[in-house]
Amino acid sequence: MSGSHLSRRDFMKAATGAVGGVITAALGIPVIGFLIAPALREDKAGAPIAVGKLEDIPVGKFHPFSFTITKVNGWERTASNYGGFILRNSEAPDDILILSSRCTHLSCTVNWNESANAFLCPCHDAKFGPEGQVLDGPPPEPLGHFEYSVDDQGVLTIVPVELKSEA
Amino acid sequence: MWQKLYTWLDERLGLGDMYANLLDRPEPKGNWWNTLGSASLFLFILQGATGIFLTVYYTPSPDHAYDSITYIMNDVAFGWLIRGIHHWGASLMVLVVFIHMVRVFVTASYKYPRELTWLIGVGLLLLTLGMGFTGYLLPWHQMAYWATTVGTQIAGSVPFLGEFILKALRGGPDLSALTLQRFFSAHIWMLPALLAGLIGVHLYLIIRHGESHFPDEED
Repeated sequence: MSGSHLSRRDFMKAATGAVGGVITAALGIPVIGFLIAPALREDKAGAPIAVGKLEDIPVGKFHPFSFTITKVNGWERTASNYGGFILRNSEAPDDILILSSRCTHLSCTVNWNESANAFLCPCHDAKFGPEGQVLDGPPPEPLGHFEYSVDDQGVLTIVPVELKSEA
Repeated sequence: MWQKLYTWLDERLGLGDMYANLLDRPEPKGNWWNTLGSASLFLFILQGATGIFLTVYYTPSPDHAYDSITYIMNDVAFGWLIRGIHHWGASLMVLVVFIHMVRVFVTASYKYPRELTWLIGVGLLLLTLGMGFTGYLLPWHQMAYWATTVGTQIAGSVPFLGEFILKALRGGPDLSALTLQRFFSAHIWMLPALLAGLIGVHLYLIIRHGESHFPDEED
């Protein structure tokens, strides 16, 4: 004991600092988790969605379709609309191209323009070709393609991959 | 390196002077009862911090208030902890402020030249109770709704002015979305701003006059 030179005053200072540090950490570390919790939640890929019967979809032209997905965000249900274009190249049930209408630049909705023979985005003049490839403008990548399947009754079903890329 | 940085800051901010004048003040002989003012200040800061974090998720709308609190409690990491601290800290703060006041009264610390410190302290007690009253409504469950119905009804029993006070508190004749919104506004902006300001004056007066010693035979 006689070897210790810690004064009462210094001990009190150190103890106050230590207790303050423990309280700050005990609150501060959980708070980080509290603030970033929604960012760590896994986003689901989404269940397959039937978009129509093959016999109702014309061959050789872009057929628009849309679907709504309701997600629970916190204490509220949020319904979001998604859409795209179906192009049947021929009568064969596996000769189909399904493009997302969501512009890969900043998520505006593109429209098919017959005279331009391209998908045009109204927001920043993006231009995509008939296969979704970028022709002009700021988009970093082509339009998204939907995976699809056709069952015995001719019902076309897609997997809404767009959900994955959504925050 | 740290020494240099400290010297640079100290020359400009006067950290050493601040420490000597704010924290290293001479104190009369005291005991644990003398720490309750600091405990109240600590609880105020704790309530402020946890309250700010709760507003990240809480929604002051009749449609979503209760759901957002359920979300905080069940789905947000450590939401139960942050809200738990805020919930229990509120009761504890009223208790600690009140015992602090009793101590000041019993040791006659409110006398010259500290009357103003006492009066401001009374204001701080009322504001603390106001924080409790407005915060109680925010979960918007049955207990909150009816407690506020009764509380505003009591305020409405004032002669002549009663009906006006009741309508001013509720934002209309009924407990509604307007009530929830104005209680929220009072709870997170108006009352805390007043509290923080008055706490500043309270602390200034304590540092200016120093702490009172216990009364002895000569007093």
